[in-house]
Amino acid sequence: MKLIRELTFPLIAIFAAFLVGAIVITAIGDDPIETYSLLIGSALSWPDGIGYTLFYATPLIFTGLAVAVGFRCGLLNIGAEGQLTIAAFATAWAGIFFANSSAWILIPLTCLVAILSGAAWATVPGVLKARFGSHEVINTIMMNFIAAGVASALTQTYFKEPGDAILESGPIGNSAHIPRLGQIMPGIPARLPLNVAFLVALVACALLYVFLWRTKWGYEIRATGANPSAAEYGGISVKKQIVFAMAVSGGLAGMVAINEVLGYRYRYYQGFSPQYGFTGIAVALLGRNHPVGVLLAALFFGALTRGGLFVDIFTEKVSKDLVLILQALVILFVAAEALFRRRLGKNQTQT
Amino acid sequence: MLELRNITKRFGNVLANDRVNVVVRTGTIHAIVGENGAGKSTAMRIAYGFYRADEGEILVDGNPHKIHSPHDAIALGIGMVHQHFMLVDTMTVAENIVLGAEPGTAAALDVIGAEKRIRALSDEFRLSIDPGARIEHLSVGQQQRVELLKALYRQARILILDEPTAVLTPQEVDEFFRILRRMRDQGKTVIIITHKLEEVLSISDEVTVMRDGRVVGQRKTAETNAAELARLMVGREVLLRVQKQPATPAEVVLNVCRLSMKSRLSEISFSVRAGEIVGIAGVEGNGQTELIEALAGLIQPSRLGGRVEFQGKDISLLNARERKEMGIAHVPEDRHRRGLLLESSLAENSILGIHYREPAVRRRGGIMLDGTRIRTRAEQVIREFDVRPPDCELPARALSGGNQQKLIIGREFKLPPKLLLVSQPTRGVDIGAIEFIHRKLVALRDSGCAVLLVSAELEEVTALADRLMVIYDGRIVGEVDPAWASKEEIGLMMTGGLRG
Repeated sequence: MKLIRELTFPLIAIFAAFLVGAIVITAIGDDPIETYSLLIGSALSWPDGIGYTLFYATPLIFTGLAVAVGFRCGLLNIGAEGQLTIAAFATAWAGIFFANSSAWILIPLTCLVAILSGAAWATVPGVLKARFGSHEVINTIMMNFIAAGVASALTQTYFKEPGDAILESGPIGNSAHIPRLGQIMPGIPARLPLNVAFLVALVACALLYVFLWRTKWGYEIRATGANPSAAEYGGISVKKQIVFAMAVSGGLAGMVAINEVLGYRYRYYQGFSPQYGFTGIAVALLGRNHPVGVLLAALFFGALTRGGLFVDIFTEKVSKDLVLILQALVILFVAAEALFRRRLGKNQTQT
Repeated sequence: MLELRNITKRFGNVLANDRVNVVVRTGTIHAIVGENGAGKSTAMRIAYGFYRADEGEILVDGNPHKIHSPHDAIALGIGMVHQHFMLVDTMTVAENIVLGAEPGTAAALDVIGAEKRIRALSDEFRLSIDPGARIEHLSVGQQQRVELLKALYRQARILILDEPTAVLTPQEVDEFFRILRRMRDQGKTVIIITHKLEEVLSISDEVTVMRDGRVVGQRKTAETNAAELARLMVGREVLLRVQKQPATPAEVVLNVCRLSMKSRLSEISFSVRAGEIVGIAGVEGNGQTELIEALAGLIQPSRLGGRVEFQGKDISLLNARERKEMGIAHVPEDRHRRGLLLESSLAENSILGIHYREPAVRRRGGIMLDGTRIRTRAEQVIREFDVRPPDCELPARALSGGNQQKLIIGREFKLPPKLLLVSQPTRGVDIGAIEFIHRKLVALRDSGCAVLLVSAELEEVTALADRLMVIYDGRIVGEVDPAWASKEEIGLMMTGGLRG
C-alpha cells in the first residue's frame, strides 16, 4: 500500500514527461508511437537491450545513492562527478601499481581504493562545512573542476602510454579485472559489458537501506538532515554527521570506478563519465532519496540511455537528445509534484 | 452584526464544523474558545471566505451573503488577522498595508496619500506605528498592530483575530487588549479566537465555546467563570488549580555557581534539591533560554563562565549526550525546533537522545537498532502519557501541540531523570493536557526528581514551583515564596523594578 503510494507520483511524472515528449516528437516530424516503441523495445529486448540497460544503470545507482545519502543528512552533494573521477584515477593507479598481485588481493584492494579515494575527496567539502560553515554546494562544484584537472594532469604526465593519441592511462593488471556477468552466469552472452559491479550496486542499495533505517549511525544522519537543532538536542554532533555523511556519499560515488575501471575499460580514461554525478542528482530526486527508489530510477535512466541510441539511429529526424529532453521533463514534473503534493497536503490538514 | 447559521464543513471524512451557530453583536468583543481542533479557526475562516461552507449561511447585518473569497469578506467590512503574519519583511509598513490594494493609478503608486491615511488610522486607535518603518525593524507586537492597520485600512468593521496573543509577551498583551477595547468603543466589532481562559474573561463581552466542531455554549462573559468555560471546552470537570503536597526536598542535585555568558547571563547562582520544583519566572528573552540550554549542555563550554555541578560532580565541560546519560532530562521550550523530528514517526522521536544505547540498540555498544523494543517502548510512552492518536508509526507532525508535548515529556520522563530541565511545558497546549502535564510534573517531583521549571506563564510557575526565582536581564534578581508572593510583586521584579 505504502509502496503504491510512493510510486504513484514518480510514475505520473514519467507518464506526463512522455506525453509532452510526444508533442516534441510530433513537432520535429516523427511518429511518437513508433519512436517510443523503438525506445522501449530496444531497451527491454533480451539479452542485449536489458543487458545494456543494466550496464548503463550501474554507475547511476552508485551516484544516485551517493546523492541520496547526502540529502538524508541535509546536504546537497553536487560533487559526485569529481569524486568518481578521482576514484577512477586512483583505482586505475592501484591496478597498475600492484598489477602483479593475485586477484584475491588486488580486487579487494582496488575496490577499497575506489571507495576510500571517493570518500576522501568528498570529506574535504564536508570538513569545510563543519569547520567553517562554507556551503557544500559551492565547494563540491569547485572540487569537480579540481578533480578533472588533477586526474588529467597526472595521467598526462605519468600514466600515458607513449604514442597513445587518447588521454588515458595504461591498462591495469589482468588480475584486477572483475568478471563480466556473461562469464559467470549461464544464459548471458559474454559480449555484454554488464559485470559484477551491477551486483555490487544491488548489494549497496540493500546495505544502504539497512544502514540508514536500521542502525544508530543512520538514525543520526537522518535526524541531522530532518532537524539539526533537534539532533543537537539529542546529543548528536551535527558537525561529525556532516563530515561522516559526505564521506559515505563520496565513497558511494567512488564505487562507480568498480564498474568503469575494474569491470569495463580496465584503465583510466579521461572523460569516461557522461556526467554520471549530475545525473545521479536526478536519479535521487526521482527515487525520493530512498535506495529502492534510486534503484528503480537508475534502471529507468539506464533504459532511456540504451533506447536513445536506437532512436538516434533508426528514426528519420529525432536524435538521441530526445532522451535528454525526457530526462529534463521528468525532473520538471517531479519538482512540480512537490508543489502539487504540498497543496494537496494543505487542504487535508488545515482545520 | 455577524451571524453564522448552521455552518457545516467537512475536510475529507473529518467533520470540522457541525451545524455551527454564532451570533456576534455589533460593537462587542466576542471570544470564540475551544481546544485545538475544536473547529473555531475553521468557522472563522469560513466567515472570512477562506473556506466555503458545505451547508449553512452567513448573515451580515441580518442579510444573507455569499462569501466566496476574502475579497468578498473585505467588501462586506470583515477583516482577519492570522496567527502567522503575512508581511513582507523588507518592505515598509505603508507598502505592506497597501499591498494588494495599491492606491493611485496603475503607473504611479500613491504612497504619500496612503501614508497619510495610515498615520491618521494609527493615531485614531493610538497604535503608534510609523508608516515609513520597515517591517524587519519592528517587534512582534508592532507587526501585529500593522496587521490590524491592514484590516482597518481596508475599512473593516468586523475584525477576526486568530490566537492574537500567542506571540506576545504579557506586557504586549496588556497593551494589545487596551487597543482592542479602544476599537470596540469606537464602534468596531472584534472576534478573538483563543484557548486561554483568562484572556476570555478579561477582554470579551460575550463568548462562544466550541468542542469537536460544535458550539457547546454561548454566554455573556459577565455571567460565566473559568471553571464553567473549562468544563464546556473539555467536556468534563477540569482542575484549574494544581493539587500538590508540600515538597520534601532532599540532597542538592544541581548546583549552579556564577554561571555567565557574554551579554546573556551574568553570575547566576542557585541550587535545586531532589524532590523540589524550582521555578524561574521572567519576561521572555531575559536569559531563560540560554540558562536552560547551558545546563543541558547545548552551549559550547568555551562561551560560558562559572561552574555547574550535578550530584557533586563538575559537569561544566560535558556535552549534551554525557549530561543526559547522567540523568539530566530536558523538555525544550520550542518543541518544533528542538524537541521533535516532525517528519519522523513517533517511534523514532521516542528514542531521540537515547538512540545509541539500550534499549534502542540490540546490544551494549551495538550499532543495530532494535525495532521491536523501540516500538514496545514507544507504545508504553504513548499509553502512559496519553498521546493521541496512539499510533507510533504516525509522523510527529500529525499530532496536535498538546500531544506532541506529551510525547516529549514522556520520552524525557522515561530516561528516568534525576534532574528535569523543563521550559514552557504547556505553551500552545490544551487545557485538558495542561492539567495532565502539571500532574505528571508534580508526580515526578514526589518521586524524588529535582525539577527546574521555566515558564512565561506566571500562573503556571507560581502554582507549580516550591521555590520561585525571578530572572531579569540575565541575572537572578530575587527569590520569593510562590505561596505568599503577590503577582504584582513578582511582576515588578520581572521588569527590573524591584529586587527581592
